[in-house]
Amino acid sequence: MTATSLSVRLAPWLFTVALFAAWEAAVHLFRIPQFFLPPPTAIAQAFVDYWPAIYRNSLFTLGTTALGFALAVGFGLALGLVIGWSRTIYAGLYPLMIGFNAIPKVAVVPILVLWFGIGAVPAVLTAFLISFFPIVVNVATGLATIEPELEDVLKALGASKLDIMRKVGIPRALPYFFGSLKVAITLAFVGSVISETIASNVGIGNLMLQAQAQFLVPLIFAGLIALAVEGIVMYWLMAVLEARMTGWAHRSGFAQG
Amino acid sequence: MADLTAFVALEGVSHAYGGAGSTLAVDGLTIRVNRGEFAAVVGPSGCGKSTLMKLATGLQFPFAGTVAVAGEVVRKPVKIAGMAFQAPTLLPWRTTLENLLLPLEIVEPHRGRLRRHKADYVARAEALLASVGLGGFGGQYPWQLSGGMQQRASLCRALIHEPALLMLDEPFAALDAFTREELWCVIRDLHAVRGITVILVTHDLREAVFLADRVFVMSARPGRVLSERVIDLPRPRDLEATFTPHFQEIVHALRDQIVRARQ
Ligand SMILES: Nc1ncnc2c1ncn2[C@@H]1O[C@H](COP(=O)(O)OP(=O)(O)OP(=O)(O)O)[C@@H](O)[C@H]1O
Ligand SMILES: [Mg+2]
Repeated sequence: MTATSLSVRLAPWLFTVALFAAWEAAVHLFRIPQFFLPPPTAIAQAFVDYWPAIYRNSLFTLGTTALGFALAVGFGLALGLVIGWSRTIYAGLYPLMIGFNAIPKVAVVPILVLWFGIGAVPAVLTAFLISFFPIVVNVATGLATIEPELEDVLKALGASKLDIMRKVGIPRALPYFFGSLKVAITLAFVGSVISETIASNVGIGNLMLQAQAQFLVPLIFAGLIALAVEGIVMYWLMAVLEARMTGWAHRSGFAQG
Repeated sequence: MADLTAFVALEGVSHAYGGAGSTLAVDGLTIRVNRGEFAAVVGPSGCGKSTLMKLATGLQFPFAGTVAVAGEVVRKPVKIAGMAFQAPTLLPWRTTLENLLLPLEIVEPHRGRLRRHKADYVARAEALLASVGLGGFGGQYPWQLSGGMQQRASLCRALIHEPALLMLDEPFAALDAFTREELWCVIRDLHAVRGITVILVTHDLREAVFLADRVFVMSARPGRVLSERVIDLPRPRDLEATFTPHFQEIVHALRDQIVRARQ
């Protein structure tokens, strides 16, 4: 391994450590009070002190996010295929989808609470509602951007619409689909945390709200860090999945730029 | 009375993409290509050459006139044509060999036979690759090939199901001069060996004269055939033939016609 590639591999860790070190130093240097910005050591202490609560609530948030995300994948894939299949359906649904996507999902939470009460269900549904859109758009784009010449080649062979979808449309939509998962999982996470913060008595969002009420500032930040770690892990999982499933797209420079 | 006996016959064909009443792409276009003939179509940009290809293969339908291929009026996509375009449009997730097999997964009777006779078809595809100088490259992905090699593979894909009609729409336009001339020879030989009917759209008059039995000159949009010229150069033709005075004369004459067509 060369020196450069080693430094590139180490860089993320070094930069992360540097950020926390600078944070710690700044808090001490400028005598920032702990109730304003706790130093990383205090946050680490909060992790130790409140580990059972953090662990339980993290798992809960992870669960609602994963469930909402799974729904979004299923629904988004299906709707994307339908929209990419037919111009009429595309034309009919497009304005509706834009309108729906324009609604800030936080505004939907009260309605979900009205229907389902507080707790896991609105969190799952908010995660779902906020994250299916990019999946739909990406799948439909992958289908809709088949080169017209290629379509002509196949049609001149007598290919049916289904043939073209199976042989070309779906394989070429896959990189778009897996690419959208990174965005979608991040959004799903945002959705479930928002919903937990407003309308739940479990989950990291709720934990942070309670910590705020009791003025446990290091615990609030511990919640933030827990969210960041979960977010990174989920994003990374999706990135790995994408790389494994659609390696050809990267190697061929497909759909870049 | 329309004469539909030619292998490919367009008789007084008018087409507008927006339907009758909108801007015409071609207007009163008549062109007849005989079985086994190599026809080239030249004309100003936007005059309807690609439209002609789509009409002849049943990808578009005219609002006036008749299109017939192999004695039958075209009402749906004809299934006896292979097509290749300026862009090779190979599928990047399939190897070159798998790309060649794509038409066989669609066209009957191959479609139903492919699974059981896979080895035969693979052998056929490999032989075809070898015949265009791509022997041994079947396992490579298209993006591992050069532009010229991709274009060769695209030609093979157009030929794998042994179509009676080969439609080429500026297939060499994106290639450098030397690669292009190499591919002229590839096409020339494929035509000579298989006796296939070829319609070639091109902007390159030397290409048209070198390859074709007959060159059709189209008018500016809306396109129709202004004139046709039989190329009487003896076959087999050599690239050397392109430097003879007679060859140059034909190219010049065609060039004058296109200049006039553009006005
Ligand atoms: N899909 C389409 N929809 C609408 N109009 C089209 C379409 N394709 C072509 N046209 C129009 O039809 C006319 C003929 O187009 P065509 O593509 O056949 O020209 P061409 O001779 O192939 O041009 P070029 O030499 O530039 O390839 C053009 O004026 C073009 O604007
Ligand atoms: Mg064209």
